[in-house]
Amino acid sequence: MIRSEILRDIAPVISDHLVVCNIGLPSQELHMIDDQPSNFYMLGTMGLSSSIGLGLALAQGKKVISIDGDGSVLTNFGTLPTIANNVADNYILLIIDNGSYGSTGDQPTYAGRKTSLAAVATACGCENVVECRAEDTRAALETALAGDRMTIIVAKCESGNIKVPVITMDPVVIRDRFMKTVQA
Amino acid sequence: MSINTKIVDDLVANDVAFVTTVPCKQLAGVIDEIEQRDEIYHIPANKEDEGMGLCAGAFMGGKRPAIIMQNTAIGVTVNTLVTLTQFYRMPLPMLISFRGELKEPVACQVEMAVHTKALLNQLHIPTYHFHKQSDADELDAILKYTFMCNKPVAILTDATFWGGY
Ligand SMILES: [Mg+2]
Repeated sequence: MIRSEILRDIAPVISDHLVVCNIGLPSQELHMIDDQPSNFYMLGTMGLSSSIGLGLALAQGKKVISIDGDGSVLTNFGTLPTIANNVADNYILLIIDNGSYGSTGDQPTYAGRKTSLAAVATACGCENVVECRAEDTRAALETALAGDRMTIIVAKCESGNIKVPVITMDPVVIRDRFMKTVQA
Repeated sequence: MSINTKIVDDLVANDVAFVTTVPCKQLAGVIDEIEQRDEIYHIPANKEDEGMGLCAGAFMGGKRPAIIMQNTAIGVTVNTLVTLTQFYRMPLPMLISFRGELKEPVACQVEMAVHTKALLNQLHIPTYHFHKQSDADELDAILKYTFMCNKPVAILTDATFWGGY
C-alpha cells in the first residue's frame, strides 16, 4: 500500500473530523480523494502539520488529526517533545511513514533506514504510540478516535506516488472555511 | 508595576490566551510572568518555526496567539512567516528581544542585529522598536493593530529597554 491508498482507505473515517494535512502530495491527494471544509491543507511550510494540529487541539475541544509524513517529522523533530509534554487528548498525530521524501521524488529518509519514529516518539515521552502496517491504519485511527487519549500512529507503507493536480484554492479560503467548521 | 507585569497585562487585556516561547535572558521575566497567568496557556517551543505552527493552530482554534523569541529567530523563520502566517493571513504578535544592539556584550549577536530590521522590512512586517520603557505604552495599540490586520507584527525590545544586561 502507498500513501494515497491509505488516504483513500481512511477518508470516510476522518471526514467528520478536523484534519491538518501535510504539504505537497499528501494534501493534494486528500483534496482530490475527499475535499472537505474540515481539511486544512498546507500549501507550504514543510514540517509544521503536527505543530499546527497540536495548537488547534489545545485551543478547542473538537478532535484533531494531523496527517504528517516521515520526512516532515524529521525536519521538525522538536515537535515530538512538545507534543509529549503538552498532552491534548483530542489530538491524533498520524505519521504516514513511507521511508521517503515522496513529494520531491522519493529520496530515502533516515526513517526508512535505521531510525524508528515510533521509538523516537516514545523516547520523547509520548505515552500512546502505535506503529502499524499500512493495511491496519484505518483500524488504528478508529480505535484512537473512539478513545479519549492523545495518540501517535506511525503507519508504515511503501513509497510511491500517483498523479494529482495541485491545489489552486486560495489559502485564505482554505483557512476561512476551516475556521467556520471549527466554530460550527 | 514591573515592565514584565505591564507587558503581560496588555497581552491578557487583548485576549491573548496562547503564548509560545523560545527563551532569551532578557525575556526571562516576561516568560516567568506568562507562566504564572491562568489566562494564558504557555507552551515552550524547541524552535521558533515550530512555535509559529503552534500559534497558527491556536488561532484557527479560536485563541489569540503570541510568540516570544530572540531576533536570531527572524533568520530561522522567514519561510514560515511567509508561507504560513502571511500566506493564510493570520495575526501573530512577536515580542522579540533585539540582541546585538547598544550594551550588547556578545559580538556575534551584532551579526544578526544588523540584518534584523532589513529582513523585517523585506518581509513587509510592521515593526516597532522599544528602546525606552515608555515605548511600551504603545503595546496595547500594537496588539489591537495586529489582530485588526491579521498580520505578523514585530516588537523589537533592545537592551536599553530592558535596563542593560
Ligand atoms: Mg515520506
